[in-house]
Amino acid sequence: MAAIAVRRSVLPGFGLTMGLTLTWLSVIVLIPLAGLFLKTSELSLDQFWVIVSSRRTLNALKISFGLAFLAALVNLVMGTIVVWALVRYRFPGRRLLDAIVDVPFALPTAVAGVALSALFAEKGWLGAPLAALGLKVAFTPIGIFVAMVFIGIPFVVRTVQPVLIELDPEIEEAATSLGANRWQTVTRVILPSLVPALLTGLALAFARAVGEYGSVIFIAGNLPNVSEIAPLLIVIRLSEFRYADATAIAVVMLVAAFLIIFVVNRLQRWAQTRLPMH
Amino acid sequence: MTIEATMAREHPVPQEARAGTPLPAVRVDYRCEPRAVRIAIIAIAVTFLALFVVLPLIVVFASALSKGMVAYFAALSDPEALSAIRLTLLVAAISVGINLVFGLTAAWAITKFDFRGKTFLISLIDLPFSVSPVISGLIFVLLFGAQGFLGPFLEDHHVQVLFAVPGLALATTFVTFPFVARALIPLMQEQGTQEEEAAISLGASGLQTFFRVTLPNIKWGVLYGVLLCNARAMGEFGAVSVVSGHIRGETNTMPLLVEILYNEYQFVASFAIASLLAMLALITLIAKTVLERHLDEGKLPHDD
Repeated sequence: MAAIAVRRSVLPGFGLTMGLTLTWLSVIVLIPLAGLFLKTSELSLDQFWVIVSSRRTLNALKISFGLAFLAALVNLVMGTIVVWALVRYRFPGRRLLDAIVDVPFALPTAVAGVALSALFAEKGWLGAPLAALGLKVAFTPIGIFVAMVFIGIPFVVRTVQPVLIELDPEIEEAATSLGANRWQTVTRVILPSLVPALLTGLALAFARAVGEYGSVIFIAGNLPNVSEIAPLLIVIRLSEFRYADATAIAVVMLVAAFLIIFVVNRLQRWAQTRLPMH
Repeated sequence: MTIEATMAREHPVPQEARAGTPLPAVRVDYRCEPRAVRIAIIAIAVTFLALFVVLPLIVVFASALSKGMVAYFAALSDPEALSAIRLTLLVAAISVGINLVFGLTAAWAITKFDFRGKTFLISLIDLPFSVSPVISGLIFVLLFGAQGFLGPFLEDHHVQVLFAVPGLALATTFVTFPFVARALIPLMQEQGTQEEEAAISLGASGLQTFFRVTLPNIKWGVLYGVLLCNARAMGEFGAVSVVSGHIRGETNTMPLLVEILYNEYQFVASFAIASLLAMLALITLIAKTVLERHLDEGKLPHDD
């Protein structure tokens, strides 16, 4: 191990700390995760396919991925508006608003779940007026969507915020002095340079919403094939002792999650090559 | 940048300070939208966050207190509630402790030495962030369950992992694994190794160097990581739900009790527990803001 430490070898403890780090990492993260894939390898390809392509599983995956994507899109639009207000304007309560953005990160998901479900229930503060308009939110797929929007709020804001702050004002001034109006400057100069950050935020919000459990299950209604999310189906299969089913669904979701990380890393690299402004 | 990439949310260095300084007056003309647009954007942002974030928070406290203070405190002093609070504190203490030691050792190895595969190692540490909470619980069921890899062995030796504190602590540790390391790695990277090298060359031992030189420099970062780690540990639901077995009075943490009481239509009791967790979240956010200010100040002397 010590041979790899090329420079800075004056400091002690590389072998010890690296050894401990790798041990902890293996015991707590890598071996348990590997167990999931090992368990799946006990299934034949046919068995795996039968589980994954069963109607209920497919519907659960469709609901989780589809609604998560819609929610992430809403977060993209609303996040852009929020981050613009936070970075570009000065108004009373701005700092408070900035702090509020983090609430979905900090609030335990079960708390968010019961709160949203009470809020959007037919007699809830928002559920009642919406019901009067003929829109039923709680215990329908719309409820799932609402919960996913809630937990995704901070991602776009927090990934775009530093980039928008660091954006060189001279680009905008140049665009303006070359005769672009404000709308053109924003849509053709500013927004394009935010694209990598916006897409990163979108991907992170999407990944979080796909795997989300606590804040969704209370408001979802959990009707098989209609409002049953994939993580809940895993829990149900486990409680029925159908471990193979639970594992197969988990592997599909995990692979999707890894793909998203990969995309995010790519986006970051792209952002770096595009914007050498720091 | 790739370090910050996967999870910008845990980045401990805030942009607040720079955002707070007013833009130079000359530039405002170039960089401002018409007044009506400005007001509309602020109004949309405020309304959206008020409806989706503030209102749910208010609902928690309003529902908890809907039958008065007596019912609220009666719900909180119920033996089941008390045992859930105790268990939550115990599980959080174990996993924060483990992750604190891990975070410090990992950050030391990663930031004070050069080696190949560093970025890869950091992505491995980040892995738990991208695993669904339910799957985080499932992997421990597969490992320690009756049908699991280690299940028969544990049964022979009468060791209970699932449906007991060790299982809850393991799942929680997995879920909160990256927090402390993430808070420390960028901070220690920025601080470099000069001070430690000076201490070592003046004859200090490795441990002395760590406790007298490194630790004072990163104390706010450590607190920051512990704070976020603790908030998540106490609030974790999905992973814990899968490994808990929901044994009443024994393996129910606070978030699990919120669920059980809610499903039993004991709304006041459910929201009373939820209100404690919501307060924890709010206190965490306030403390986080304070710590971010310290971290930002702490950075300045190192800029030269």
